[in-house]
Amino acid sequence: MSTTASDVQGGDRPAIVVDDVRYRVPGKEILKGVTLSVEKGAILSVMGMSGCGKTTLLHCLGGLTTPTSGQITICGKPIVGLRERELNEVRESMGMVFQYAALFDSLTVFENVAFGLRRRKRLPEKEIRRIVTEKLALAAVSGTENMYPAELSGGMAKRVGLARALAMEPTILLYDEPTSGLDPIVVSVIDEQIMRTRDQVGVTSIVVSHNVQSVFRMSDHVAMLHEGQLRAFGTVDEIRNSTDPTVRQFIEGRTTGPIEVATR
Amino acid sequence: MTATQPNGAVARMALTPIILVRNVLADALVYLGEVSILVARAARFVCQGAIDPADLIQQMAVIGVRSVPIAALTTFTSAAVIALYFSNFLIQYGAASLTGAVVALSLSRELAPVLVGVVVAARAGSAIAAEIGTMKVTEQIDALRSLAVSPIQYLVVPRVLACLVMLPILCLVADCAGLLGGYLIAVWQGVPSSTFPDSIRSFTEPRDFYMGMVKTIVFGLIVALIGCHEGLSTKGGATGVGRATTNAVVISIVLVYIANFFLAYVMFGGRIA
Repeated sequence: MSTTASDVQGGDRPAIVVDDVRYRVPGKEILKGVTLSVEKGAILSVMGMSGCGKTTLLHCLGGLTTPTSGQITICGKPIVGLRERELNEVRESMGMVFQYAALFDSLTVFENVAFGLRRRKRLPEKEIRRIVTEKLALAAVSGTENMYPAELSGGMAKRVGLARALAMEPTILLYDEPTSGLDPIVVSVIDEQIMRTRDQVGVTSIVVSHNVQSVFRMSDHVAMLHEGQLRAFGTVDEIRNSTDPTVRQFIEGRTTGPIEVATR
Repeated sequence: MTATQPNGAVARMALTPIILVRNVLADALVYLGEVSILVARAARFVCQGAIDPADLIQQMAVIGVRSVPIAALTTFTSAAVIALYFSNFLIQYGAASLTGAVVALSLSRELAPVLVGVVVAARAGSAIAAEIGTMKVTEQIDALRSLAVSPIQYLVVPRVLACLVMLPILCLVADCAGLLGGYLIAVWQGVPSSTFPDSIRSFTEPRDFYMGMVKTIVFGLIVALIGCHEGLSTKGGATGVGRATTNAVVISIVLVYIANFFLAYVMFGGRIA
């Protein structure tokens, strides 16, 4: 892997290139010129304090939020400035797993996973049934087809969300805090599923997470955002051995250091 | 320096209503612009024929069929009250034969369309805003977009079309329920049973009923668009959903009444018959 924060080209064309992306809301700049790239088939974890811009960056990658400036290239196609219809074509190659799963309340698990297949791909019902069964098995939630989201545990809901994203057979998967609020065993299960998804399906994954242990376990590369800027970028070992005091404070979970922690 | 401060304060106080009015107008224009964009985007999908029949039928059932009992009941009782007042009054002056006309005209032109608009705003408009608002704050709208499905096409188009189709039908049902209520009370009050329908035939035209139904098409558009817009603009969790729901009902009802005045003026020009 030759992915670096500064080298956005790489040998093989990267799956995702983020070039000087800024995002501003009234009174605050959330992303302050983030530049990075991710190679095909790699897992990049983005970590950082709450409010540092991780989820905003992920939403920009998914085309859900339009950056104020900068460019994002997905599989060679610049997406900033595209119309919604053109963005939808790009989104068909991407899947997104949301922090709280964001399953459609009024639909069963089966209907949730089949949703994109019915609406976008318009496949025959038999084929849809086969794909849904396969993806639910891959996400280890077989047997939940007739349940409604309200009947699922947090971990199951997230895995159904993963199955829904996988059903569209994306080449890029974006995960927004897939392990937050889950017990350590379920965290490991989800981590393994993310790695299995990369190994079996070969998708490129961007994982936003606070969970340092989880990040180090599954990632090929790690980016750390701090106050809207890319503070560190490298392999797991490079980040683990970083001498940057901000990075060290975050991965060691210390309350003292350059990161100001609101204690009250 | 000290002398200018009170003058400055007075000037600020004098400006406050102007600033307030300016801000309200600016907000209203922004709101109108946002709703217009929503209309344009929904219309594009309709023109492209991007309508899922299953979604449309489901929304027609939710918005229309389930509103039948309350729409029928409100117009039945409202027309009954009109018949109650006017029967006695008209009998006293020897004009009992006009009771049917009074009930039918007030019902077909005003009562039924406006009550249907208000009932649907309260029942379906609030539900639309709450459902879409909840989807917004729980990232389900983002999930739709991430699946390359347009929230306008999936959520807005079926609701708007369902309102456009179902409100005139509801109005017709409300007309029938109201006429029945008016008839029963008028006869109970002493109006001869054959006089009531004769009066309706003599003083009303099919146009009175058609125009009432046309009014509800406009009301349906208002209710659906405001509900969808409030839902899609929801921010801030459960409080935001509550606010969006309240706004949807209040704004829809106010706009239904305002639209009703202009429609009444354009359609009937203030003429009774």
